[in-house]
Amino acid sequence: MAEITPIVMPKWGLAMQEGLLAAWHVAAGERVEKGRELCDIETSKIANVFESPAAGLVRRILVEPGTTVPVGKLLAVLAEPQVDEAAIDAFVAEFEARFAADAAAAAQAAPQPRVLDVGGRRIRVLEIGEGELPLVFVHGFGGDLENWMFNQAELAAGRRTVALDLPGHGGSSKDPGAGTVSALAEAVAATLDALGIAKAHLVGHSLGGAVALALALDRPERVASATLVAPAGLGAEIAMDYIEGFLATSRARKLRPILEMLVHDPKLVTAEMVENVLRAKRMDGAQEALETIARACFADGRQSWRARERLADLSVPVQVIWGEEDRILPVTHAEGLPAAIPVLRLAATGHLAHMEKAAEVNAAIARFLG
Amino acid sequence: MPKKTYRQAINEALRQEMERDPRVILMGEDVAGGMGSPGEDDAWGGPLGVTKGLMPRFGRERVLDTPITESAFIGAAVGAAATGLRPVAELMFVDFFGVCFDQIFNQAAKFRYMFGGKAKTPVVIRTMYGAGFRAASQHSQCLYPIFTHIPGLKVALPSNAYEAKGLLIQAIRDDDPVIFFEHKAMYDEEAEVPDEPYVIPFGEANLTREGDDVTVVAMGRMVNFANQVADKLAKEKIGVTVVDIRTTSPLDTETILETASETGRVVVVDESHPRCSMASDIAALVAQECFSDLKAPVKMVTAPHAPVPFSPALEDLYIPSPAKIEAAVREVLAFKG
Repeated sequence: MAEITPIVMPKWGLAMQEGLLAAWHVAAGERVEKGRELCDIETSKIANVFESPAAGLVRRILVEPGTTVPVGKLLAVLAEPQVDEAAIDAFVAEFEARFAADAAAAAQAAPQPRVLDVGGRRIRVLEIGEGELPLVFVHGFGGDLENWMFNQAELAAGRRTVALDLPGHGGSSKDPGAGTVSALAEAVAATLDALGIAKAHLVGHSLGGAVALALALDRPERVASATLVAPAGLGAEIAMDYIEGFLATSRARKLRPILEMLVHDPKLVTAEMVENVLRAKRMDGAQEALETIARACFADGRQSWRARERLADLSVPVQVIWGEEDRILPVTHAEGLPAAIPVLRLAATGHLAHMEKAAEVNAAIARFLG
Repeated sequence: MPKKTYRQAINEALRQEMERDPRVILMGEDVAGGMGSPGEDDAWGGPLGVTKGLMPRFGRERVLDTPITESAFIGAAVGAAATGLRPVAELMFVDFFGVCFDQIFNQAAKFRYMFGGKAKTPVVIRTMYGAGFRAASQHSQCLYPIFTHIPGLKVALPSNAYEAKGLLIQAIRDDDPVIFFEHKAMYDEEAEVPDEPYVIPFGEANLTREGDDVTVVAMGRMVNFANQVADKLAKEKIGVTVVDIRTTSPLDTETILETASETGRVVVVDESHPRCSMASDIAALVAQECFSDLKAPVKMVTAPHAPVPFSPALEDLYIPSPAKIEAAVREVLAFKG
């Protein structure tokens, strides 16, 4: 029997159990290459384009636009013309029967975040995969571990990965201490201790990038490498209209244009993403924690922790990834870095490069880790 | 994120606020179960099991069973609030409030105003409302417009379990009297509810759906019906914005008017009777403030001006249904001026 390729609803991160198929970009009878944009999928975090995982001829489209379906559900079928319709019918029927049976088992096996006691503070972590020299993800201001939904599972093959919620964020204690980059870096180091991780590759985004850089500078024995995605700490400028708007707003309609500053394509910001940010901000103590961090890190509208002058002292490999259209931290902060630091600049990309251009960012991280 | 029922969410809000603040007490009929009778402690947790487990956790000092005398225990709750506690009283069915209107309308609602802001009355009165329970005319009314009418009272109507927890915690922390309306047909409905405490501010409506063609303003259980209609019509490329007003007092007029102006077509869904209702109030507001933006007359979907029938068939007809909401949306869309 000639090969039939199923196209299924992808699982983008821990929280995703279902996705809304917003629109198809291909039709039955069309030939697609690997990487071709197949359809738009909206999740609780962000909307994104789903790229074809394989090349082939689209024979069936099985889910109507506007339908929400569970992860793993058959969306479409690719097969060459010599595969007859009856074979495709049989494939679809068998796939769907198996999917129903597997769904319950899969739900049981999915990795769940857990809460650690780290020096009296609750820190929520999500671990995926096993292996030596773990990869640890540190999110930015106002984010949480689910910001790595497009990255962590992808990079977990043959590797232990850990995403954590910084103090004051997500499911961690709403006690950020002094709220400075150094205080947050100490909290990350203490979390690594609690997990029994002596040394790790770090990936940090935005404020989490500064945290990763601080660890690379001050605790090089703990850091195998650091990938900094649009990191803080490389210049003074920061879009305070974003920080202040994020802090001041409790209404979805006013928050949406603020969150749209994070991305190049505003359509990526879904109503659910806005609601999830509001839900995080409503938690007891969350607002105060964010205000403490903002005061400590961005006093007077400038970044107070800056390490550009210390980059020459780095003893561990560091790479920098930045979106050309970043409206929060300017891409010019990626210029004039020491030659030992590779810089990847992504066109038509905003501050959330790891979400907007997940494939490129994941490839760059995988390459860097070797 | 854990899924919890509306009942569990309310129980969790009560438990967490009682843990946080020793001034928070509960009182009401059967909230502890069995006091003064040979009955079992914590037998049931109120008529619908909402307060189950709280008496064993916090003791009879803080979870008080009361006699069936609403006039007495609502008065006691208001007095306790004025003198420093933060009571959460449960008045089983909203239909029974008539015997204690003076305690609520003339006392609780007026203290802050009449004492020049020097008195606070942080009392919450939780109550069940709504039809669909085969409980006939005296146990099925909505009545939230009556409380909304009284300055000095705040009125909350959570539309799901997530909303119930956040709005109840806000109600308990609020320094003014709050009447908290729980729809009796929703206690077993589940939503994702965080384990940690969180607060949903009063007077901030929530847009549960966004679309360009029609604005549906709803509250309480009706929000879910409106969402169903919006999802159905989205498949026909009809965009419906659903505004969950969350609290009828304070009312988020800004969001209502903004979304009404954007779509130009408004349907208001209210489970109460049409006269002097939230539907008539919001329809008047929209007509007065954004008349020039309207492309069609504002349409109200309400129960009829009649008691809730005991006949199951008639009760089903009585309640504003998704089908009635859908018909109203199609009617405002089809209007040609």
